[in-house]
Amino acid sequence: MKIRQLSIFAENKPGHIAAPCRLLAEQGVDIRALALADTQKFGILRLIVSDPAKATQLLESAGYVVKANEVLAIAVADQPGGLAQILAALEGTKVNIEYMYAFPFGHEGKAVLIFRFDDPDAAIKVLQAKGVSVLAGDMLLKG
Amino acid sequence: MTTSSDPKPSYHPASAPDFVPAPLLRKLQLDRLRAIVGHAFERVELFGQRLEDRNLTPAHIQSLDDIAQLPFTTKADLRDTYPFGLFASPLKDVVRVHASSGTTGKPIVVAYTKNDVDVWTSVMVRSFATCGLHEGDIIQNAYGYGLFTGGLGAHYGAEGIGATVIPISGGNTDRQIMVMKDFGVTAICCTPTYFLHLIDRAGQLGVDLKKLPLRAGVFGAEPWTQSMRKHIESVTNIQAFDIYGLSEIIGPGVAIECPQHEGLHIFEDHFYPEIIDPETGKVLPDGQEGELVLTTLSKWAMPMIRYRTRDITSLVAGACPCGRTLRRMRRIGRRSDDMLIVRGVNVYPSQIEAVLLEVEGTLPHYQIILSREHGLDQIEVQVEVTAQVFSDRVGALEALSERIMDTIERVVGIRIKVTLVEPQTIARSEGKAKRVIDKRAQS
Repeated sequence: MKIRQLSIFAENKPGHIAAPCRLLAEQGVDIRALALADTQKFGILRLIVSDPAKATQLLESAGYVVKANEVLAIAVADQPGGLAQILAALEGTKVNIEYMYAFPFGHEGKAVLIFRFDDPDAAIKVLQAKGVSVLAGDMLLKG
Repeated sequence: MTTSSDPKPSYHPASAPDFVPAPLLRKLQLDRLRAIVGHAFERVELFGQRLEDRNLTPAHIQSLDDIAQLPFTTKADLRDTYPFGLFASPLKDVVRVHASSGTTGKPIVVAYTKNDVDVWTSVMVRSFATCGLHEGDIIQNAYGYGLFTGGLGAHYGAEGIGATVIPISGGNTDRQIMVMKDFGVTAICCTPTYFLHLIDRAGQLGVDLKKLPLRAGVFGAEPWTQSMRKHIESVTNIQAFDIYGLSEIIGPGVAIECPQHEGLHIFEDHFYPEIIDPETGKVLPDGQEGELVLTTLSKWAMPMIRYRTRDITSLVAGACPCGRTLRRMRRIGRRSDDMLIVRGVNVYPSQIEAVLLEVEGTLPHYQIILSREHGLDQIEVQVEVTAQVFSDRVGALEALSERIMDTIERVVGIRIKVTLVEPQTIARSEGKAKRVIDKRAQS
């Protein structure tokens, strides 16, 4: 259920996002989702790719520092209040959202959001108890 | 080969000169000093001229204290006479030259006769013996081979002591780790910062250095700190030894720590030490801190008389429990030309390094950049992000650079901008890191 997300450090300079993406493309690794967190000083590129192990190996041997984390993909009704419903399910629990971003491909007519929780296992329990469906990773990775 | 009937002696035979009684050592030093001053006077124009300017002749050297009358030699003298101007032997007698990786302008060139190479080998053998190495050890020599003196200096010494030498040179860290593991390496020679890098990489590759037979590390070519030693010794089974040397004098093998780790014994039968006040040039008594000045007592191709090393240290008074009669110097923490004056505050790169090690738990590659904006000095520390500290959360990285800035402020006294940069973006050379870039003259 948990999906492996890769993050790499990137300085806030022109071209610093393009290079790792090109490297993955050349070796046939498909980037399924991407989000960039940027501050004035630096950026963190977060990636969900078709083959995380291969991508990690490629990026590390090219000198990047790669961090793997587990994130959850949650299907959200593509209508007003869809996201609010998920957030409501988490209210009053100890589960904390570090950050989130949209997955570019929908799933069965629903939008898909990627959540990075501080404790993904606890999040799964809470969400499932409230009837929110957490999507299986494979389906998103293989496209 | 070590045999079971031949247990490791507590002192290696090569170490015998380390224990010569002090009066005999002083006599030997005086004899050698007089000979080398005579040789340099006759053969090196610059030195001869300087003695004449002072109305001195080699005959004025009657005691070791008389050395204080002699003029100093500086790095500028080596640059000004580039390439061969300070050679005291004809080129046909010079069997080897080395050169420093000159960062500004021309490099400096140093020369060795056959006998000089033998002296160098002997002090390296004594260095390794002091670290407890002997026949049967497998020594991985990760100092750079080439014009830099580290590689060949350690190589000859390691062969000389009868160890099996792996001349792997610097770089290619994954291969270093593979060799270390597969060949059963027992000792490694490299710069301390390169070894920290090796530790980090071994961690990433899942190699537990504590499970390897590696038991000694001979680290030098740059100043390092007690906290680096603690870190190295906590994650490996290595006993870490500080080795000191410089190309101008001979290369590595000028001084070495004994297992007491209370200073480095100077091989003073070949290198005569003095400590001077860097401002006035006056010789300071043992125990007082100042600039180390060395005179080569037995180097014929290129004798160095009173060479100013720019390294700040002091001579340790009193006998060492190891029994060596060779005087000790404290480990080099800083160099007189390392000190940066920023907005009136003295900043040493070693302070920044200690902070990074404290905050990150390992030493990342870093660089201190000085510049000038609107007439004001600006200082910035660029730190490469390592796998240990990298996080996918913005807040964690911002907190890290805050923590580094706060700790630097506490240690140094001024707030210094810290910028996290991508891995492998700070230039490396010869395994010897260039820590300070001063752009103030350009602006």
